[in-house]
Amino acid sequence: MKKILALALLTFLSFSCSEDNGNNSNEDVSATFSFSHNWDGAEVNNTEFNTIQFTNANGEQMSIEKLRYLISNIRLEKADGETLYTSGHFLVDVTNDVNLVFQPYTAIPKGDYTNVIFTFGFNTEDNYSQTYTDLNAASWNVPDMLGGGYHYMQLEGKFIDNTDTETGYAYHAIRAVDNSDPIGLLFQDTFIDVELGPVSISKDLTFNIDMNIAEWFKNPNLWDLNTLHNMMMPNFNAQITMFQNGQNVFSLNEITE
Amino acid sequence: MRHWLVYSILFIICLSCSNEPSGSNTYVPTPSPLQIPQVFEDNILAPIIPVNNIQTEEGIILGKKLFFDTILSENNTQACASCHNPGNAFTDPARFSVGIDGSIGTRNSMPLFNMAWNYDKKFFWDGRVFSLEHQALEPVTNPIEMNNSWETVITRLQNHSEYPKLFEEAFGTTPITKELVTKALAQFERILISANSKFDRYLLEEATLTPQEENGLNVFMDETKGDCFHCHGNPNNPLWTDNLFHNNGLDAVFTDIGLGEITGDPADNGKFKSPSLRNLIFTAPYMHDGRFNSLEEVINHYSEGLQDSPTIDPLMKKVDEGGVHLSDSDKADLKAFLLSLSDPSFINNPAFNNQ
Repeated sequence: MKKILALALLTFLSFSCSEDNGNNSNEDVSATFSFSHNWDGAEVNNTEFNTIQFTNANGEQMSIEKLRYLISNIRLEKADGETLYTSGHFLVDVTNDVNLVFQPYTAIPKGDYTNVIFTFGFNTEDNYSQTYTDLNAASWNVPDMLGGGYHYMQLEGKFIDNTDTETGYAYHAIRAVDNSDPIGLLFQDTFIDVELGPVSISKDLTFNIDMNIAEWFKNPNLWDLNTLHNMMMPNFNAQITMFQNGQNVFSLNEITE
Repeated sequence: MRHWLVYSILFIICLSCSNEPSGSNTYVPTPSPLQIPQVFEDNILAPIIPVNNIQTEEGIILGKKLFFDTILSENNTQACASCHNPGNAFTDPARFSVGIDGSIGTRNSMPLFNMAWNYDKKFFWDGRVFSLEHQALEPVTNPIEMNNSWETVITRLQNHSEYPKLFEEAFGTTPITKELVTKALAQFERILISANSKFDRYLLEEATLTPQEENGLNVFMDETKGDCFHCHGNPNNPLWTDNLFHNNGLDAVFTDIGLGEITGDPADNGKFKSPSLRNLIFTAPYMHDGRFNSLEEVINHYSEGLQDSPTIDPLMKKVDEGGVHLSDSDKADLKAFLLSLSDPSFINNPAFNNQ
């Protein structure tokens, strides 16, 4: 009896040594989101930065010196109305080639999904200050006088203006705010939900997503950098124009397994 | 016999379950974790502490002694503190520091505080050194600074009446190396935390800003006015720097190309690290080359003195007009706000001074 007891204890202790307390289901997979960038089809990465080599729809020659933007609220919808929300947000930093590929922390159950959606920027519920220490440390904040919260995108560089002078531009996207009455700010949502469409998930997979940077300047609104090249954060109409032009900036290139 | 075998295996397995290192008599100095200020804890990421150089009481004591000791310089006349004076928030009130033989540098000494929150770990005005531990290697051998050799420093320390014991207490080893010297210096430098300015207390709801300071904050945060926040932090990033590199329009033609010298990329020419705006009342002169003696000169530069060049930061506005031309009252208010970021308790902290 003592032997049996000792062996039972031995067996118990042997198994109890394991630190692997994970309860991953075989039905779960991981989804990766990979962001690539182009200018009307021509690949853009940070090696193309700092040189005037792009021409926007309005005909202005321009460069890119900084591009970083926020992706949040990735979720997957099912036909029965259920939505799987993943946690985390990601500051894609093309300038420093950081966070162009990321995996939400949440495991994804295998199955058929009617839509996969991510948010460019933060939705209104998520977009409040003093919450995200990583974004604060990255100085990603929007001033309280504009309602606080966070930037959605910082796209900066130079363009040749109509006096043939190289001039800086700072195309910063935030939640649109009318601050004509400083104590009665009026907001309009300008985050963008990007729909990637249906997907059947049976194994680990990667969503390869493209951003066509040129789209920010042409569709449906032709953007004239001579008129609008900086001080855009407090410019309500500029933010609405960015929101409208941003509708077709992102596209799903392919899903790879 | 079989019983003994089973119980022996049982005993071995019990021991092997432990996550603790196997017991030994290895000397362990006394851990001394950084005291993280509330305004940092509330707002930004945790500080960067290398796993191979955790903060200890003994390491900090040793680092402080080294920081203030002239033994590091070739002719025993200069210490780190000679160019990083605690009373000036650990910078030099002289535009260019003077080395041991009278040589003069070309850049203003950087102030030292909150360095554990330099997340990218790039140090110096041009970011040429990665990590605080490596930073301290350079001034000792720089010909226009301490002009010493590490061999000499190590020999002196090894033969010193106190240092061998202090190193042993800090690191548990007797051979002194330059790596241990810089580790100790880094531990001391990491405790140089400044987070008790009037504005910090305002964030903690323990102080009230004057109307002038409040308007100055608005000028600072207004993209159509100062627009300082894109590079110099904000109330949610109380480091008051992005620790990144920018060309802020000082010169049309560069005599010092800064970051460009390090990366070899012409796109980086004329870029220097954004300094923190904390403790400005103690850190004049300003800019990487100490060209401005007063905050008024600094503000006037951004307001109407911008010089165009190919790498000027896109955030510099109306460069063809020299800047955004702040009103005199906005300039005065901006200065009042900037001074609210100064922290007298930092320069008066006995733990940071040679006492």
